[in-house]
Amino acid sequence: MISFQRVFKRYPNGREALAEVSFDLAAGEMAFLTGHSGAGKSTVLKLIALLERPTRGQVVVNGRNTAAVKPRAIPGFRREVGVVFQDHRLLADRPVYENVALPLIIAGVSRRETEKRVRAALDQVGLLGKETSFPLELSAGEQQRVGIARAVVSKPPVLIADEPTGNLDPDLAVEVMNLFRRLNDVGVTVLVATHDVHLIDRFRVRRLHIEQGTLVGVPDAAA
Amino acid sequence: MPRPDKGSPASRSRERRSPVAALSYWLERHAQNFVASLGKLVRQPFASALTIGVIGLGLALPAVLHLVVVNASAIAAGIEDTVQLSVYLTQPLTAEQARKVQQGIDARDDVLEAELVTPEQGLREFEQMSGFGEALRALGDNPLPYAITVRPAPRFDTPEAVATLADELKTLPEVDIVQVDTEWVQRLHAILEALGQVVWLAAILLGVGVLIIIGNTIRLDINGRREEIEVIKLVGGSNAFVRRPFLYTGVWYGLGGGALAWIIVTAAVAFLAGPVERVATLYGSGIRLQGLDTEAAGVLLAGGTVLGWLGAWAAAQYHLRRIEPRA
Repeated sequence: MISFQRVFKRYPNGREALAEVSFDLAAGEMAFLTGHSGAGKSTVLKLIALLERPTRGQVVVNGRNTAAVKPRAIPGFRREVGVVFQDHRLLADRPVYENVALPLIIAGVSRRETEKRVRAALDQVGLLGKETSFPLELSAGEQQRVGIARAVVSKPPVLIADEPTGNLDPDLAVEVMNLFRRLNDVGVTVLVATHDVHLIDRFRVRRLHIEQGTLVGVPDAAA
Repeated sequence: MPRPDKGSPASRSRERRSPVAALSYWLERHAQNFVASLGKLVRQPFASALTIGVIGLGLALPAVLHLVVVNASAIAAGIEDTVQLSVYLTQPLTAEQARKVQQGIDARDDVLEAELVTPEQGLREFEQMSGFGEALRALGDNPLPYAITVRPAPRFDTPEAVATLADELKTLPEVDIVQVDTEWVQRLHAILEALGQVVWLAAILLGVGVLIIIGNTIRLDINGRREEIEVIKLVGGSNAFVRRPFLYTGVWYGLGGGALAWIIVTAAVAFLAGPVERVATLYGSGIRLQGLDTEAAGVLLAGGTVLGWLGAWAAAQYHLRRIEPRA
């Protein structure tokens, strides 16, 4: 579902973020992407969401080689990838319902179907009944769960998360991670970047560890 | 045109809709944007009023110039009716001879009326008009010749026909000088024509000004909503989707500015109508100040709307491309 083949990434400012990274994440698989900050975790996620393109090598997501995705087709590509951010990036001036509905409105889903799916997504993250609240009225954990609901509302086959528990206390972090597990159980391919050692120990999922732009200690990596 | 389902093959098959559903979605999105963008302007009344005010003034100026030309042309048309030729006869001439010439001219098809002015009448008029009566009387003899005032027939009052008439009258043996009072009318026409060009020039320059104002306002709006734009792009919003609300904002600015310009011009005409009418009455003229007709009002509103859309489009096209989401 996600495949990196000998990916090298250098930013325009000359910084080399990824040396040569190769890995495969099968459909329905879940993995942690671990490593120190600055090791290259964010770059891996950016390449998957097509926020960046590799300098060399291939990134294949959902059967599509990102190199072949033209700028015009990027929006359509991104609708296939749910993204959860550490700072959740909700729109503060819109209620929860509109935040979660945004991907469906963009995709042109009918109003009735949108209502149904938004409620289903909010139910999934345990926030049913908070539709009319504004993000700032919610707790940090709740805001993060709204962000997750938005990422999964259009049922993308791939879900990536960048430090989704970074701002949460341990209990909330476990709760959020359980949520990712449940999504994975229903077939979503999940890749979570984190450096939260507690969570890594607690959840027995595959681990991709990245150090100075290189994957280390990953059995099926070519590097 | 939105391209909501121009995604990957997977998304296209998942979101496939009938053309009717797609059209209804499209209409719904546009109606929603139409209303929402108006709501945004209403929620920041001061800033919106400033922008619309500047646009309104920018559009009002060429409209006012247009009315100046329209009204001046109407006045000129009124004056044209009174085109006349002064035919001075040779001296000496008896009253009988002069009357014969006058009758000959009066009988022409291209002449409405020919009136004989005797030297005595001419002297009286001259005294009244110029105040040089004393000087003339000092000459003893009346130096003025017989004169005939000729008014061309209605279909022969064009500058060309009048010139032809003058040339023909000049060939009469009893005629000394023919004076045509059309030269200044031609000059007036030339001035009005030039003024008409000025209207166009002003309209173009101020139209560009309006474009720049709207473009700049939309640019600020885009910068202020950077965060929102990034999020929308992150979750798969196309440029067209992001652009749409800004285009409607531009349309509202333009339409509001056009409406304001109409109000300004109409108010100015109402304000000036009274004084102009008094002046016209004093000059014994029935001329009334003309306001904007339906067509001009339509041009003002449509022009404003188009300029608003264009300005917003240019700004959005340029600035939205530069906002790409960072993770």
